[in-house]
Amino acid sequence: MNLKDKKVTLHDMSLRDGMHAKQHQISLDEMVAIATGLDEAGIPLIEVTHGDGLGGTSLNYGFPAHSDEEYLSAVIPKLKQAKVSALLIPGIGTVDHLKMAYDHGVTTIRVATHCTEADVSEQHIKAAKAMGLDTVGFLMMAHMISAEELVVQAKLMESYGANCIYCTDSAGYMLPEHVTERIALLRSELKPETEIGFHGHHNLGMSISNSLAAMEAGATRIDGSVAGLGAGAGNTPLEVFTAVLDRMDVDHGIDLYKIMDVAEDIVTPMMDQPIRIDRDALTLGYAGVYSSFLLFAQRAEKKYGVPARDILLELGRQKTVGGQEDMIDDTAMTMAKALKANKA
Amino acid sequence: MKKIKCALIGSGNIGTDLLYKLQRSEILEPVWMVGIDPDSEGLARAREMGIKTTADGIDGLIPHIEADEVKIAFDATSAYVHADNSAKVNAKGVLMIDLTPAAIGPYCVPPVNLDQLDSDIPNVNMVTCGGQATIPMVAAVSRVQPVEYGEIVATVSSKSVGPGTRQNIDEFTRTTSGAVEQIGGAKRGKAIIIINPAEPPLLMRDTIHCLTESEPDQAAITESVHQMISEVQKYVPGYKLKNGPVFDGRKVSIFLEVEGLGDYLPKYAGNLDIMTASAARTAEMFGQQMLDGQS
Repeated sequence: MNLKDKKVTLHDMSLRDGMHAKQHQISLDEMVAIATGLDEAGIPLIEVTHGDGLGGTSLNYGFPAHSDEEYLSAVIPKLKQAKVSALLIPGIGTVDHLKMAYDHGVTTIRVATHCTEADVSEQHIKAAKAMGLDTVGFLMMAHMISAEELVVQAKLMESYGANCIYCTDSAGYMLPEHVTERIALLRSELKPETEIGFHGHHNLGMSISNSLAAMEAGATRIDGSVAGLGAGAGNTPLEVFTAVLDRMDVDHGIDLYKIMDVAEDIVTPMMDQPIRIDRDALTLGYAGVYSSFLLFAQRAEKKYGVPARDILLELGRQKTVGGQEDMIDDTAMTMAKALKANKA
Repeated sequence: MKKIKCALIGSGNIGTDLLYKLQRSEILEPVWMVGIDPDSEGLARAREMGIKTTADGIDGLIPHIEADEVKIAFDATSAYVHADNSAKVNAKGVLMIDLTPAAIGPYCVPPVNLDQLDSDIPNVNMVTCGGQATIPMVAAVSRVQPVEYGEIVATVSSKSVGPGTRQNIDEFTRTTSGAVEQIGGAKRGKAIIIINPAEPPLLMRDTIHCLTESEPDQAAITESVHQMISEVQKYVPGYKLKNGPVFDGRKVSIFLEVEGLGDYLPKYAGNLDIMTASAARTAEMFGQQMLDGQS
């Protein structure tokens, strides 16, 4: 694979996707320490919000330690070169949240929908575009549909005004060939000026290979997370990815030692659990289940005595999508009842 | 027996499903259906059923209101045109039942506040599908003890969500969370909607979380929830408690499934069925009052 001198924009997820792994409890000091560390390492874009995006604060997904407003106001003024993005999932957050993020200095809005439901993003993408923001359409769980179907949805988002479209492997299910096929078709079918991005999860250990495949097929924005801090087995670990890109002579603009130090000295010590491919995270990738279901399923295992792995497989069978965290307890209770009935 | 005559504005899925429900009513009689497309399936079906139709929108109906004794109109169009439709029928003394999220008139969730609405109001709003499915449960908790925060998650099949809702999904979120507070009785409300494209389409699923101000009275809340489920089942037989109420500290969680009657809309579209059933039930109460007033 030859990626020599290709330019890539690395986008850090540790302060948004990483919120899932921390049950949305990252402190303001931790946020600022990580963000300023990444800023110094040269990361150009950092996402900051509740794990489920703007307005994600809820009983269903978890109340965060601080509001989106507090996080954004703490982080943004401290940054020298890096810009801050915010995620917005229509159905959870609204245009009101988007305006708040804009007022706090967010410059990139990523409007996320399930990969088949792009038409719910129209009002948010249009609003973000009208504010002059870098506007990204973020198609989640993109493994669930074909490359051709993904292009149809991507074109909707592009028609509303998105200047960048993401193929998002929310379940960490894709293999490099799946990524190549999707990104290549997006690249050939979308307008030449529309950027393409890829967001990976490490549940099958493929996040680095998948991100490279995405770049080779035409993606110029790659999401990752310092030390991998993210849902499931985490996102593409950015310090590892940077080292790989360095070896391949890619034009990445990151100071490798500095990002290694942020991973080692700041992020790893604050993890509640090691971010690794344990059997439950592996099940996410194997069965194609939304990565943020991991900790919910593990808690349901403790509460209802049904193995997390079995709950996750069942949620995969039911074709649940991102945001359906309520189905985890519900499904665990139903499975526990069935187990009890079988024993009786 | 004399029935109260009704007009349906909107000849799409909701209007057509409502037409089937009104045809079974002992109190209401659908006489007009209003559309904007002369070739629409909904208007053709209404004509076959012997209903008068117009494809000229609301203005095609207005000249006939008095002669055909229309007393109640249902609006199943969109929030954008609802105010105009409502003003025009109200000027003729017709009660408007609003199935759009426009929310000009007071919210109505039948088992919670139908009996508290004034008989002379000109417009009643049916909130949203998610609101109709979940607010009875918020109210079932808040009638036992104060609810500091109520949150609902409505998951609906992709096929049951029309373009109007998709283009303005924020309206769903705002209207529903407002009604969780106002009708459900939660001091603060939040609403989340998830659209799932699975095939075969999933039945509507709803999760209701409440944070009570003090330790929840588990026995009283459980009984209240079961009573409320029975109330809703009177007009939506497929309204089922799947799990819960589950108690975790001050958090009360209730998990529901809503299967539609399958009148015109498929059974999985419990979200649409509960809207048309609630609208029909609301109109029947007002219709009964009108009949009582006449006798």
